[in-house]
Amino acid sequence: MRFSGLKILTEGLTGNKGWGPHWRSPEPKPEYDIILIGGGGHGLATAHYLAKVHGITNVAVLEKGYLGGGNVGRNTTIVRANYLMPGNSEFYSHSLKLWEGLEEDLNYNVMHSQRGIINLVHSDGQRDAFIRRGNMMVGEGDDAEMLDPAGVKKLLPMIDFDQTRFPIYGGLYHRRGGTARHDAVAWGFARSASDRGVDLIQQCEVTGIDVEGGVVKGVQTTRGSIRAKKVAMVAAGRSSQVAAMAGLRLPIESHVLQAFVTEGLKPCLDHVVTYGMGHFYISQSDKGGLVFGGDLDMYASYAARGNLPLVEHVTEAAMTLMPQLGKARMLRSWGGIMDMSPDGSFIMDRTDIEGLFVNAGWCYGGFKATPGSGYAYAHLLATGNPHPTTMNHRLDRFRTGRGIMDEETTGSQHNLH
Amino acid sequence: MRVAGKGLIDRTQEVKFRFDDTLYRGFEGDTLASALLANDVRLVARSFKYHRPRGILTAGSEEPNALVTVGSGAATDPNVRATVQEIYSGLEARSQNAWPSVAWDAMAINDLAAPFLGAGFYYKTFMWPRAFWEKLYEPVIRRAAGLGAVGPVKDADHYEKAYAFCDLLVIGAGPAGLMAALVAARSGAEVILADEDARMGGRLNAETLRVDGQNGSDWAASVIAELDAMDNVRLMSRTTVTGAYDGGTYGALERVSHHCDIPYGGVKETFWRIVAGRSVLAAGAIERHIAFRNNDRPGIMAASAVRAYLNRWGVSPGKAVTVFANNDDAHRTAADLVEAGVHVAAVIDSRIDAVAQGDYRLIAGATVTGSGGRKGLESISIATQSGSEKIMTDCLGVSGGWNPTVHMTCHMNGRPTWSEDIASFVPTPGSVSGMHVAGACNGVFSTAGCLAAGADAARVALREMKMSVADVDLPEADDSAYAISPLWAVPGKGRAWLDFQNDVTVKDVKQAAQENFASVEHMKRYTTQGMATDQGKNSNVAALAVLADATGRGIPETGTTTFRPPFTPVALAALGAGAQAKGFAPERKTTSHAATIAADAPMIEAGLWYRPSYFPIAGETNWRQSCDREIGYVRNTVGVCDVSTLGKIDIQGPDAAKLLDFVYTNMFSTLKVGRVRYGLMLREDGCVMDDGTTARLGENHYVMTTTTAAAGQVMRHLEFVTQALHPEWDARIMSVTEQWAQFAVAGPEARDLLNGLLDAPIDNEDWPFMACGEVGVQGIKGRLFRISFSGEHAYELAVPSRYGDALFHLLRARAEAIGGGPYGMEALNVLRIEKGFITHAEIDGRVNAHDIGMARMLSPKKDFIGKTMAARPGLTEEGRGQLVGMKPVGTVKQLTAGAHIYTDGAEPVRANDEGYVTSVGFSPTLGHFVGLGFIRDGLARHGEVLQMVDHLRGVATQVEICDPVFFDPEGGRTRG
Amino acid sequence: MRLQCPICGARDVREFYYQGAAVMLERPDPDAGEAAWDDYLHLRDNPAGEHAELWSHDAGCGAWLKVRRNTATHEVYSAVLTREVKR
Repeated sequence: MRFSGLKILTEGLTGNKGWGPHWRSPEPKPEYDIILIGGGGHGLATAHYLAKVHGITNVAVLEKGYLGGGNVGRNTTIVRANYLMPGNSEFYSHSLKLWEGLEEDLNYNVMHSQRGIINLVHSDGQRDAFIRRGNMMVGEGDDAEMLDPAGVKKLLPMIDFDQTRFPIYGGLYHRRGGTARHDAVAWGFARSASDRGVDLIQQCEVTGIDVEGGVVKGVQTTRGSIRAKKVAMVAAGRSSQVAAMAGLRLPIESHVLQAFVTEGLKPCLDHVVTYGMGHFYISQSDKGGLVFGGDLDMYASYAARGNLPLVEHVTEAAMTLMPQLGKARMLRSWGGIMDMSPDGSFIMDRTDIEGLFVNAGWCYGGFKATPGSGYAYAHLLATGNPHPTTMNHRLDRFRTGRGIMDEETTGSQHNLH
Repeated sequence: MRVAGKGLIDRTQEVKFRFDDTLYRGFEGDTLASALLANDVRLVARSFKYHRPRGILTAGSEEPNALVTVGSGAATDPNVRATVQEIYSGLEARSQNAWPSVAWDAMAINDLAAPFLGAGFYYKTFMWPRAFWEKLYEPVIRRAAGLGAVGPVKDADHYEKAYAFCDLLVIGAGPAGLMAALVAARSGAEVILADEDARMGGRLNAETLRVDGQNGSDWAASVIAELDAMDNVRLMSRTTVTGAYDGGTYGALERVSHHCDIPYGGVKETFWRIVAGRSVLAAGAIERHIAFRNNDRPGIMAASAVRAYLNRWGVSPGKAVTVFANNDDAHRTAADLVEAGVHVAAVIDSRIDAVAQGDYRLIAGATVTGSGGRKGLESISIATQSGSEKIMTDCLGVSGGWNPTVHMTCHMNGRPTWSEDIASFVPTPGSVSGMHVAGACNGVFSTAGCLAAGADAARVALREMKMSVADVDLPEADDSAYAISPLWAVPGKGRAWLDFQNDVTVKDVKQAAQENFASVEHMKRYTTQGMATDQGKNSNVAALAVLADATGRGIPETGTTTFRPPFTPVALAALGAGAQAKGFAPERKTTSHAATIAADAPMIEAGLWYRPSYFPIAGETNWRQSCDREIGYVRNTVGVCDVSTLGKIDIQGPDAAKLLDFVYTNMFSTLKVGRVRYGLMLREDGCVMDDGTTARLGENHYVMTTTTAAAGQVMRHLEFVTQALHPEWDARIMSVTEQWAQFAVAGPEARDLLNGLLDAPIDNEDWPFMACGEVGVQGIKGRLFRISFSGEHAYELAVPSRYGDALFHLLRARAEAIGGGPYGMEALNVLRIEKGFITHAEIDGRVNAHDIGMARMLSPKKDFIGKTMAARPGLTEEGRGQLVGMKPVGTVKQLTAGAHIYTDGAEPVRANDEGYVTSVGFSPTLGHFVGLGFIRDGLARHGEVLQMVDHLRGVATQVEICDPVFFDPEGGRTRG
Repeated sequence: MRLQCPICGARDVREFYYQGAAVMLERPDPDAGEAAWDDYLHLRDNPAGEHAELWSHDAGCGAWLKVRRNTATHEVYSAVLTREVKR
């Protein structure tokens, strides 16, 4: 069923009785060409591109809960391509281009809104560092501008320029950055993949990975065993547990990242803002809620919930930066499980087990990568070779030291990225 | 309308307030909601999506409809629940999300388009043409969305945060909570009793129930008075416990002065962090609605709210009241109204066997199928056993039963359990460690049951804490059973609302199921059910019952969405209290700060520190003039600079040398006493963590200098090494950054300046380059280090911090007397770039010793932190960026930091990227810009000409790659 | 969350700095080989359950602690000084 304004009109006039399922709910088949472990954004995007780009549709996405219930359904919805390190730069650039055509590609309005991102700058040194980044972005073919304080003030009148703890020297402005409706991204990919023949199987937890003689043969699940020629892990915060079923240890530590939303307010913030001195970022959703977040809680966690120190720290940053928001009320806080890697950049690679693939280590930057990750992972699964945008993202890069992409400059401690 | 003889309001105290610019009168004790109802104001708001007329639904913090804006200007407070806002003289409130007025709202046109705006409609359209989303569709949607407004004026109110500790935290002061608090308090425990209401007592204040032979509200008042008199009890009214966190920590918001014109103690709200040994959750229950056609009109309310307004506030929300229920409890509403002399038109009970509990018309086995009235309820249609009927009524109290307030038990991932007995969810025991649940929030609905459960919960909690338990008699109270027969939605045509604020109807939920959004989480996210400001408190259970029905599953299998903190929304100003303006982070100031400010030097921030950028003098019009002059001081006479912000770590003990050998790449055990050495420190991953000098003051005594930025990190690192890796080493470390004020004295005249100041003069033999030791400074014991960050003959002189200000004045005066003076960060930066000295602009956390040309500092003779990983092939092989100097050789003579370097003549894109510029400065000494940066395999490329492009600044030029040391490469000036 | 510092008593988590898995206590020999070093710095069991980890009482006494804690529930089982563990 194609979505369109006309369809809305005709359905509206006939009682909205004709809307069909966005995706099928099939029983698992005994065997697939490819099994994707994880029905989050990246898994669903991979399924879509496998079917669309490579024509591979004998694919199952196995999801232990509901589709899109992981980080794709609990992030702060930011989409951008403002990376510094070679490897990341080309990957996120490619991903943003996919975003820009995603609605047509999926026939689904994911509300991708290029409202612009401003990374605030608070010192000369930080400005130089952001200019270095901006020059990388422009060199990559993406957009970046350095705003002076007056330029920031014009876009963000809410900032307390006079009193804020760290002065505003300017901001790195990335016009093509913005937000998207996170759930819709998962649903759009799911609908497309399902329409193209991929089986999306919910409430199906993988309990074992079958390996014989160093070759993957299939998986055990709560809905029986399923054979497969290739098994692709794409389980984000739960990656270590999935990999352990195949006897692998990953360079991942899982952490909790909280996010917050206020009650709905009339429009007061048109752009996405990040505060360079406080690990704080904020935007306003189309519903009017201010969506914001900050740093990790900093301790290893699978609880998908956090504690007050971080809640307070993040709102404190909001208060020094935009005190006008003081009477906005925090409506809800939640947490996600972040697969933190030793350089803050992701891993997409083969493993030592033939036919078993890994896609993990997205830290807290996985949402904007959703189409790019799906595209590149589909390429890896279909061809056996890394996509050109993921040449650096090898599993062994920490052992060899080759191609490490430490965006945050904090070294190998997992939670500092 | 007011009802004579009812309510706990003080009718002798009239209070005037305004709503939508109309003056109204209420009484002390009224909420805005009760006072508006007393004045027969029913239409107070509009819904979010369809802008349907909305009235007051509830009498508590769960209110989804009656959200108003209180105050104006800097005090504008949006989205305030009229049901919680107490009135005070001068209160001004207004409706929101309606234009031009709440009575005539232009956006109500959305309601006519409702067939096209159902669940998830926006995912299916607005896609063409692409650019129209940002330019047209989205701006329209954004303008229509949102409730109240914030800004543009800065919030003028003051907020605070506080900590509290107790043995037992009791959440909720209804019958269960009061008994729990009473038992714990009489047992001697430290008790905090928190309740979101201004008046404690919970439903006892809203019912006509009797406890211990007296009015329930009187009994509550007597218990509260007893607790209030006890030293071990803290009563916190107007305080909502907002979240349960790990380790017995709870967040709580105290609304200190929302109920008065002038804030108490200047504080609007206080956010509390309460740490409790145990807690008793006695949060009560929330009455749920029944969905039927047009069940959302103003005048249609929760049945329990109708009697709460009657009993607590002496208000009847209608003149001819009807009740629609599926349980016995709601009959109290009719009975109380009749008792108070209010006309009850009918009670419609869906149960065929329902029995009247008073003198009113009961229509058993019937349902309400629709309502009439444009901006307020005028009539209802009912379907009876024999047919249908229309009843004229201006207020309908609806009760679909009670949902225990399980929210807090879910804050730590607990999932509630379905109870068939009460047709609702109850908390799963043990959901929150240390929390015991009692009373209505545990599914116990009789007063006697609540009293007993509260006492029991306190006893169990006290025993768990090994505390004694006092004997407390249970008062006599109502013990009637709760009888309910589930009814979620009345079948029929039209729209029947579930979520009143977000305009989610039964149809929407069914359509979501039809589109295979069958998971409760999918349904919620697709329809926005339960995502409004009440977070589904009023509607979630009914919505998932409708979903369960539509998908052919039971309610337990369908499950619930997750309740998360905060229980009710919390102002950011409260959670972030204290951080406004400079409060976000401490401000660190050097001892020369005041003198520097007095000299009109602009300050820049270095982490938390303030440091001078430059010291302007009369006649200078821009910073470059000052900077050039200050560089001249250092290169020609003498300059003085406060360097106290650098980290200083005192290291002592027999194994101090061993420790330094382990954390630095080079040797420090071989350093002679009275000498200083430059050290390079790596992280364990082989990248550079920090650099700096360390002086050996004695055989077992070193003082380490770190960069300003890395001081904390290095200190923690040293603690890690000494406590976690080598606790067997006998070495002690101590940060002494704050204890010493330290000044660089640099330039050809540096020694002359010092010799006029030191108690004993120094010469080149006693104090050669890299010497250190104690000196007397005008009788004060100080430390002198002959080290240089400028390449000049230079010293750093340290004195205890209390003498810092005096020493700065002295140094400055003496420097100025011989043609020198103070210099700031701009000059310091150029001086060090001229010499190729690195800062964290270069050692940015990604580079290793090879990259910065310091591979020879990696001692082969010992193990040290980072040694093994620094030898990884990826860190040592060709192709990495290496530190170089750069000078402009093209037509443009400017260098900019952050610019990238590309192959000369090639397109400036990533494929041709050769490196980047880290630091630049104009060297007045050399007469041109000097720069440092990293170029691929740069050590071997000196002399090569490349292209520098700064896309963002619009600067492009050719640069020659050179050695990073631009000035005095032999270092003769340092030793002179 | 609260940790029981053996020196200071029970304190809010905001006073502490978290470093990572307690394997960081067992630093390999310089010549232990790249696999041992990869294990030490990068690879992690990352259990959803009991986890041994290192914290520092940064805003308190500065003690480094080995903490046993549940990563799924945040329950803290024990906290001991690393000095004691290593001796």
